[in-house]
Amino acid sequence: MKITLSNADVQSKGVARVERLSGEDLKKCYQCGNCSAGCPVSYAMEIPPTRVMRMLQLGKLDEVKAANSMWLCVGCLQCYSRCPKGCSVAAVLEAMRQDALREGADRVEVKDLPMPLLKKAPQQAIVCGFRKFVS
Amino acid sequence: MKISYYPGCTLNTVAKQFDSSARDSALAMGFEMAELRQWNCCGATFPLAPDNLMGLSAPAKVLSGARKEGDTLTTLCSVCYNVLKRTNKVMRDSRDKRGVVNGFIEEEYDGSLDVLHYLEVLRDRIGFDKVKEAVKRPLKGIKAGAYYGCMLLRPFEDMGIDNAERPTIFEDLLKALGAEPVEFPNRIECCGAHLAMNNDEVVTRLSGAVIDSATGMGAELMVTSCPLCQYNLEKSRGAAAGDEVPVIYFTQALGLALGQDLETLGFEKNATDVMPLLKKKGIV
Repeated sequence: MKITLSNADVQSKGVARVERLSGEDLKKCYQCGNCSAGCPVSYAMEIPPTRVMRMLQLGKLDEVKAANSMWLCVGCLQCYSRCPKGCSVAAVLEAMRQDALREGADRVEVKDLPMPLLKKAPQQAIVCGFRKFVS
Repeated sequence: MKISYYPGCTLNTVAKQFDSSARDSALAMGFEMAELRQWNCCGATFPLAPDNLMGLSAPAKVLSGARKEGDTLTTLCSVCYNVLKRTNKVMRDSRDKRGVVNGFIEEEYDGSLDVLHYLEVLRDRIGFDKVKEAVKRPLKGIKAGAYYGCMLLRPFEDMGIDNAERPTIFEDLLKALGAEPVEFPNRIECCGAHLAMNNDEVVTRLSGAVIDSATGMGAELMVTSCPLCQYNLEKSRGAAAGDEVPVIYFTQALGLALGQDLETLGFEKNATDVMPLLKKKGIV
């Protein structure tokens, strides 16, 4: 993949905001790949966790935001548990998700949820799902 | 001995058998789970963005109420446990955040509660040796896969219930009950969690992999500690090779071994049927 870098990208305010919301220092990541290896959903992510970190280091926030990765992260913390630098990609993805939700970009329409799911699924799944997918 | 108990929303609705079997087993082991006089939902997820203090107010309110009733709080659902324990740590360790959250909920909570999972109560307050002595109906010959999932264990420095990569607490309990615990690779992997809401493909794949991993090592029974793990595993069972493996809560296994009446264990409320296995093994 060819990437054109500019100072404005690398020092982007958007990325600094992700760092502030997540409490993570993106520059700590040295791309060992443990997070993607341990992530149970990386197989379905358009941009897997390790690459999320690298692209954010390079200021490519819009590309990461447009991918499905942040909506697929289940917050199981396997990435954080196995990161030799103590980074939590889950927190980074949560920060991006929160950012999107705080702007009102819902991922799930409550009215579209099927009734059998609402009746049978544990309440915790519904409450947690609302917090992850609805603004 | 009386311990304050937070059931959480799911144990009041679709996981009643988890709640009742735990309460009955507690009495059989000599302690009473005293449900909090007033409680609300814990929020079902610990906010991973540290600036999201609003997400801490619901669990902090539970903790603050519980502190007025005692110094220890126990819970069963892994997610409630995760949220309450982590929130408790924030309230104890961060003066700034404690001030803001207490301002939201109009309380003066200081994080001085001891939040314990029911498994920890059994291990640390009662002792697995005592549990073993109380067993009347050993689960002999059952190869059981203890499924930890994520929330019971991670993040290690906050939860501290057991080693995050090689936990044994669940297997130790099953051993005390007379079963043969089977260690399997996916026992600490995610079941798909809240993606149950909008992504069946991922949940089926993840939970299916958990079941395959366990049955591949010889498990004939899956044992869980979380209603969402239970739901996802039972729902995804058809997709896995271990098609007929039943899934039960650990408190049902405990109640069974302690000799409680089968009717009170609520097996009929599970989506999978454990009775054929129990009959085959001569346990009932």
